[in-house]
Amino acid sequence: MIKAVIEYQFLQNALLTCIFASIVCGIIGVIIIEKKMLMMSGGIAHTSYGGVGLGYLLGFEPIIGAFIFSICAAIGIGFIKRKGGTHSDIVIALFWSLGMALGVLFIALMPGYPPNLSSYLFGNILTVTKVDLYLMIAISMIVTAVIGMLYNNWKAYLFDEEFASIIGIKTAILDYLLLILVAMSVVVLIRAVGIILVLALLAAPAATASLLCKKLLSRIIYSILIGLIYCIAGLWISYYLDLASGASIVIFATFSYLLIFLNKKNKK
Amino acid sequence: MSNKAIQIENLSVYYGETPALTGVCLDVEVGEYLGIIGPNGGGKTTLLKAILGLAPITRGSIKIYDNDGKGKEIIGYVPQYAGFDKSFPITLLEVVMTGRLKNGLTPFFRFRHKDMEIAYELIEKVGLKGLENRQISELSGGEFQKMLIARALTLKPRILLLDEPTANVDENARGQIYNLLAELNKDMTIVLVTHDLFAVSSQVGKLACINGKLIYHGEPELSENIVNRLYGCPVDLIAHGVPHRVLRTH
Repeated sequence: MIKAVIEYQFLQNALLTCIFASIVCGIIGVIIIEKKMLMMSGGIAHTSYGGVGLGYLLGFEPIIGAFIFSICAAIGIGFIKRKGGTHSDIVIALFWSLGMALGVLFIALMPGYPPNLSSYLFGNILTVTKVDLYLMIAISMIVTAVIGMLYNNWKAYLFDEEFASIIGIKTAILDYLLLILVAMSVVVLIRAVGIILVLALLAAPAATASLLCKKLLSRIIYSILIGLIYCIAGLWISYYLDLASGASIVIFATFSYLLIFLNKKNKK
Repeated sequence: MSNKAIQIENLSVYYGETPALTGVCLDVEVGEYLGIIGPNGGGKTTLLKAILGLAPITRGSIKIYDNDGKGKEIIGYVPQYAGFDKSFPITLLEVVMTGRLKNGLTPFFRFRHKDMEIAYELIEKVGLKGLENRQISELSGGEFQKMLIARALTLKPRILLLDEPTANVDENARGQIYNLLAELNKDMTIVLVTHDLFAVSSQVGKLACINGKLIYHGEPELSENIVNRLYGCPVDLIAHGVPHRVLRTH
């Protein structure tokens, strides 16, 4: 496979995607697990399907459409959640379904044969384009910078949001910022594993890291490295067995987590 | 300037259409040790949150040291233990240090040596020296509560609000927490929400009873009439181990 990577541009792109996907899922995955926001992240991911459909309909890069829809969903969910009066579960479910419905509608409105959307739904890391890569590089840098710059604030906010608010930390800004970072991360992960499988890649590396270390920063670093192992191993399996890459990554990640979890439980 | 640390006038708090507190008037003097009791859902925590500016005030006002709507930076707050995720990956020292964060959002904020010194000093003060690097998942209920008190003290508060600090705490740790609060009361005003009527009888200087509204405010001795109005079931209270001496009449 190493020879093939040197030889083929699409495999180089796939490897770079693995690296950027691991960075964002490592950082954001740990945070959303601690903040118990996995389902909200699922809602944001699925809403992005509307953007993919709109991209195809209007003839611009579908990933840009996914990016815009994810950000809008993040802000919308955050706004309704903060205003209160309705359960966040309801808001998430509605955004989740609305995004998928809009995607289906936009694709149906397209003249001629509908495009093959499976690479957006289930991921195809081998079809990552230059535009996708540039977007991933920019997003990974933004996610890393925002979390790194405000690391101590994030830690206080994650442990006790109420106290953070009392001491004057702008928790409303952190709330929205986190949702926007989740939306950005989703866009990176869509190309690796697809809209439907995003949640697994957000959860599995971070959950595995939580079994292995007790410090927040260590968890983030472990989560990035574990994510990289999961992505490259999944890619390798898909390459040799000629399987779908997104599914291979997710299945490998999930079984690895379960094995480590069971091993830990047995040791106790 | 009056000697009032907190002045609450005709306070009403509604969550949507549901009243949590109505028409509460309560003054807390500087240096006072006030205990607040009442049934679950009676509005005790809401009152603390209103003082902190975290609950929506529908009517009325709260003044902190004569300052309308300001002065919250001089209030330390110890929340309920039950609201925490004890599996969160953070050490005791890191929790206490969060109290030293600057307000707003400061990029690349790093704690100074002075912050560290203050945190260590307060950890020692609350009796947790040596546990600084312990994960919170490894702390007992009493240690956890003392850690939250140390965190609140990092703000150098003049008023300390505590929400059931002796819940989920064994007898020994409970005594240590009360001793600590009595010591702290020499330097600051304390408002203690509790279900522990032992505290009411032997610790606090004044008592407020709240059940949606203020039912009693005065000396920490409860008459049967007040208990009846507050809980509607004095027998249940006695079954929970209320010391008889707190009741003037039976």
